[in-house]
Amino acid sequence: MSIAQKPNYLDSELGIKSWLTTLDHKRIGIMYLLVICVFFIVGGSMAALIRAELLTPKGDLLTSDAYNKAFTIHGVTLVFWVLIPAVPAVLGNFCLPLMIGARDVAFPRLNLLSWYVFTIGGVFGIMAVIFGGIDTGWTFYTPYSTSFSHTSVVLAVTAVFITGFSSIMTGLNFIVTIHKMRAPGMTWFRLPLFVWANYATSLIMVLATPVIAITVFLVGLEKVAHIGIFDPALGGDPILFQHMFWFYSHPAVYIMILPPMGVISEIVACFCRKRIFGYEFVAYSSLAIAIIGFIVWAHHLFTSGLSTYSAMVFSFLTFLVAIPSAVKVFNWTATFYKGEIHFESPMYFAIGFIGLFLIGGLTGLFLASLGTDIHFQDTYFVVAHFHYVMVGSAIMGFLGGLHFWWPKITGKLYAEGLARWAAVIIFLGFNFTFFPQFILGYLGMPRRYHSYSDEFQVLHVCSSLGATVLGFGYILTFCYLLYSVKFGAKAPKNPWGAKGFEWVTDSPPPTDNFDFKPVMREEAYAYKPDYEAPEVVHERA
Amino acid sequence: MSAHEQELHLGHQFEDLKQQIESYTIGMWIFLVTEVMFFGGLFTAYIIYRAKFPEGWVHGHHHLDWRLGGLNTLILLTSSLTMALAVRAAMLNKWKPQVLFLVCTVLLAFGFMIVKYFEYSKKFREHIVPGPLFAHKDDPGQELFMGLYFALTGLHGFHVLIGILVISAITIRTINMRRMRQDFIPVELVGLYWHFVDIVWIFLYPLLYLISK
Repeated sequence: MSIAQKPNYLDSELGIKSWLTTLDHKRIGIMYLLVICVFFIVGGSMAALIRAELLTPKGDLLTSDAYNKAFTIHGVTLVFWVLIPAVPAVLGNFCLPLMIGARDVAFPRLNLLSWYVFTIGGVFGIMAVIFGGIDTGWTFYTPYSTSFSHTSVVLAVTAVFITGFSSIMTGLNFIVTIHKMRAPGMTWFRLPLFVWANYATSLIMVLATPVIAITVFLVGLEKVAHIGIFDPALGGDPILFQHMFWFYSHPAVYIMILPPMGVISEIVACFCRKRIFGYEFVAYSSLAIAIIGFIVWAHHLFTSGLSTYSAMVFSFLTFLVAIPSAVKVFNWTATFYKGEIHFESPMYFAIGFIGLFLIGGLTGLFLASLGTDIHFQDTYFVVAHFHYVMVGSAIMGFLGGLHFWWPKITGKLYAEGLARWAAVIIFLGFNFTFFPQFILGYLGMPRRYHSYSDEFQVLHVCSSLGATVLGFGYILTFCYLLYSVKFGAKAPKNPWGAKGFEWVTDSPPPTDNFDFKPVMREEAYAYKPDYEAPEVVHERA
Repeated sequence: MSAHEQELHLGHQFEDLKQQIESYTIGMWIFLVTEVMFFGGLFTAYIIYRAKFPEGWVHGHHHLDWRLGGLNTLILLTSSLTMALAVRAAMLNKWKPQVLFLVCTVLLAFGFMIVKYFEYSKKFREHIVPGPLFAHKDDPGQELFMGLYFALTGLHGFHVLIGILVISAITIRTINMRRMRQDFIPVELVGLYWHFVDIVWIFLYPLLYLISK
């Protein structure tokens, strides 16, 4: 760079040591992104292996043991080291303090520690893969994981145990940051909806993660010290494991989907140049999803001998989640109405998200109904459903947010045309991969099998071809984003004409985030102040 | 943190001390909530299996000595008192009584661990530790009870050890910084943690040691 510029967070200090000891939330966000990319590649290549194996009805590429390991590693790495941290730890870390007008999160040291804990947990995960792999499925169901599996279960649960603490630290940090670090004038109902979504997510992280920690701890104890809490031979009950596991892992699905929902709220408001329709409802719906998410876990146990009456209650409660989820989808759609719509790449991803989430959410209702769930239990219908939500929607939202804030993060513009193509390719590839799986599941193809009857082959081939397209879309995105870091044009402060504190500061921002003291003087998303500013109802001063 | 600074340390991310103090306090309370959820999983297992094996629970608890447990309850309660007195001394900015009370707390915590050591080693001698050598293999309820006993008290003991480390660290900090105006918030937060460890034991003692038919 020939022209002298004022230093930003990227070039104020140089060298690997300055990164590894940084307390800057923006740098920590980027460090999270790097680790997540590594695990995305590991988990993604396992998916490629799985889809290649399923091209033919015979189990010919992988042995059944190798196949079990492939889908387990696929699930474990992508759930614990990609989907859960992707949006909160990368985009949340980077944007949240900026959005509320703070210099940093409340506890920067804890933030850095969370990254180290996350990475150490990840190293244990990789070790579990190298030393024998693991074949229990990402759910570690007992008694399989405790009594029968001879793979690296102990290493894997240790990895999950350790990584859980990074989640807890991030959640704790965000809650305190949102409560205490908001700039003057930034009231709760002026917060960007991304902040609300992260707040709800943090509540789940803080309340649910300790339960998975103790659960996998007990699995470890059973393997190492013969304390048979889940072992029927020792008087324990394997179903208790399922309850405790899903008490975390169902809310964990909302850890994966709530923050991307927040991203979509930001993008839709910006590219419709309009305040999000029913702001308060969207904000409260995040909290509602977080709260209801805690009381639905047993819908994973409908076929595990749950009593009829509890099953009915849990089915009803599961249906309740549809309400706040639908509130979000309806309100995004309503925001388009009479909006000044700009079709730029983040908006492509956002619209893709809404489409995928719609399918993923609605098929959830099939599984919440007791009758249909018994038919769909452990089939590809379930696989397709949760991939639509946890992968399709969550990764679409993550990529949307990454494209939206990329100019802010790197200070560079990426190839807009390619990005639009990538969004379309990923959307089509995803549907092509997973829509056939709904049909497969309906026809009775069970999940986690590496060989199948010939009649399923056409749909499996469709799915594998779609996965190739999907993989191409991800690789394309990876390439042009990486290219833009080196060769992209310099980004202005506010390339999208968006509202919010993060767009008032430089791209990339200075280390202290703002060269001035941010004060919030308007409602969130005040894109049309003249005739659409909402009445001031929250200032009961 | 430099030993020469006269003013209270304010993190670069905070505007003023009030914001810093409130942030740390909320943070500590949230941490304690996560701890409640952490122990909560084990207490859930306790409730379920006690309902399933009422006999095993009664037999199992005969392996525990209520007198030793009671002694430990007394020790921990006293240590909570000394901790509270240390916090009060810190608020009044009197470093000598503060150090004295913190040292008392650490000593009492060690006392707790010593009693625990004798309890544990007795169980290893008598083969009432879960595993292939368990003396009452015919009664899964008893083995499960002992398993939960070790899981709960072990995890609690681990928290006591962490407490010893943290309280010692805060004691050394107090001595090093005795010449300057001190921030009582760290001591208060450590105190919160210590009271939490105490409260867990208040639940463990009756649930494990004081079972009646």
